[in-house]
Amino acid sequence: MPDEKIITFRIRRFDPESDSAPHWESYAVSVFEGMTVLEALHKIKEEQAPTLAWRSSCRMGVCGSCGMFVNQFPQLACQTQVLHLRSDTISIEPLPNYPNVKDLVPDLQPLFEKHTQVKPFIIRLDDVKEMENPSGEFLQTPEEREAFSQFTYCIKCGLCLAACPTVATDPRFLGPQALTQAYRYSADNRDSGVSNRLDSVDAFHGAYQCHMAGACSHACPKGVDPALAIQLLKRALVLDHFGFGKKESQTAKVLPLADVVKELEAFAPPPRTVK
Amino acid sequence: MKNNQPTGRLGLRGWVYAGKYSFERYLYLGHRLSGLGLTAYMVLHIIETANRIRGEHAWTQLMALFASPPFKVIEYLLFAMAVFHAMNGIRLFLVELGFFLGKPQEPIYPYQSSVKKHRPLTYLMMILAGLLMALGGSSLFFP
Repeated sequence: MPDEKIITFRIRRFDPESDSAPHWESYAVSVFEGMTVLEALHKIKEEQAPTLAWRSSCRMGVCGSCGMFVNQFPQLACQTQVLHLRSDTISIEPLPNYPNVKDLVPDLQPLFEKHTQVKPFIIRLDDVKEMENPSGEFLQTPEEREAFSQFTYCIKCGLCLAACPTVATDPRFLGPQALTQAYRYSADNRDSGVSNRLDSVDAFHGAYQCHMAGACSHACPKGVDPALAIQLLKRALVLDHFGFGKKESQTAKVLPLADVVKELEAFAPPPRTVK
Repeated sequence: MKNNQPTGRLGLRGWVYAGKYSFERYLYLGHRLSGLGLTAYMVLHIIETANRIRGEHAWTQLMALFASPPFKVIEYLLFAMAVFHAMNGIRLFLVELGFFLGKPQEPIYPYQSSVKKHRPLTYLMMILAGLLMALGGSSLFFP
């Protein structure tokens, strides 16, 4: 067994059925090198506090469920090693800037509502029928894909909204996650551009409320860099305002679906030799 | 949402607390505070200059008060706020139009964010602000 160390976890508890306000409780836990905050929470639940609630799933930084405010910084509990925090006392709170459901469970509804507002899907003004009933594929070069690829890695963990100082005082601000997705789709050469999303991103609580604190990019566990996407979105909005923006999708349809199926058949694996 | 459910909103604490975040978060705070300070000064300045309608004597008395050492310090703080706000504003103007941030790239650990990429510009503007503050201070206090 590797060397163990006793660490005190101060956890903010709140049960809507019995508590009128949140309170703090402390738990001493024996931790070892490599142990994550999520593993420590499991240990606390098993040995000391069976009613402790939090949300988690994949345990490997993919699902984005276990975002928490650990030592005053938003991070994924499954990716944060306890001993890397270099502190004998570790505070854990639910993500700020979200309503608190119970203990460490935040209500991420505001995140998803804002995400929906920016129309996070391909819009083709010049080709609505094809958008609704696709009959083929659209050409995209690797360079065109690179223009937005970084922003497709968002796992919707909500850490960026918890870190953003503007969201702290303006709850209606769309926030880094939604604005990043607005840019991700606007920059896609299959999309007709940012002009389709002006009603949400060019509004009072839209892109211009961001004043580049950079906290979102600092907190993002996937390297999505929302601060970059938002600044590029502002540039696209300015270009659009002066008539230099993209007015229609920049790619033509290639290969009807039937042809694609034929191509795929050409690369089909050989027939099975074992039943 | 139940009545006792905490909103979780940080409010002004979200502005002020920048402990574990990067340097730019402190600049965000400084930009907002200096902006509020300059706005407050503009209001006070209008009230102050309106004293001219009370006659020459009142005006001379007020000007004598503003020449006193405490007001010199306040004047310098005002100057420093304006310089910081202007220099940081130039950085924000450039950055918010997408300059100095680099291009989007595949996120490969350790991640290089745009915040770090434009840090040379950040440092340059802050050094310029510091120089201007030092020059202004020397001409104000040691004319």
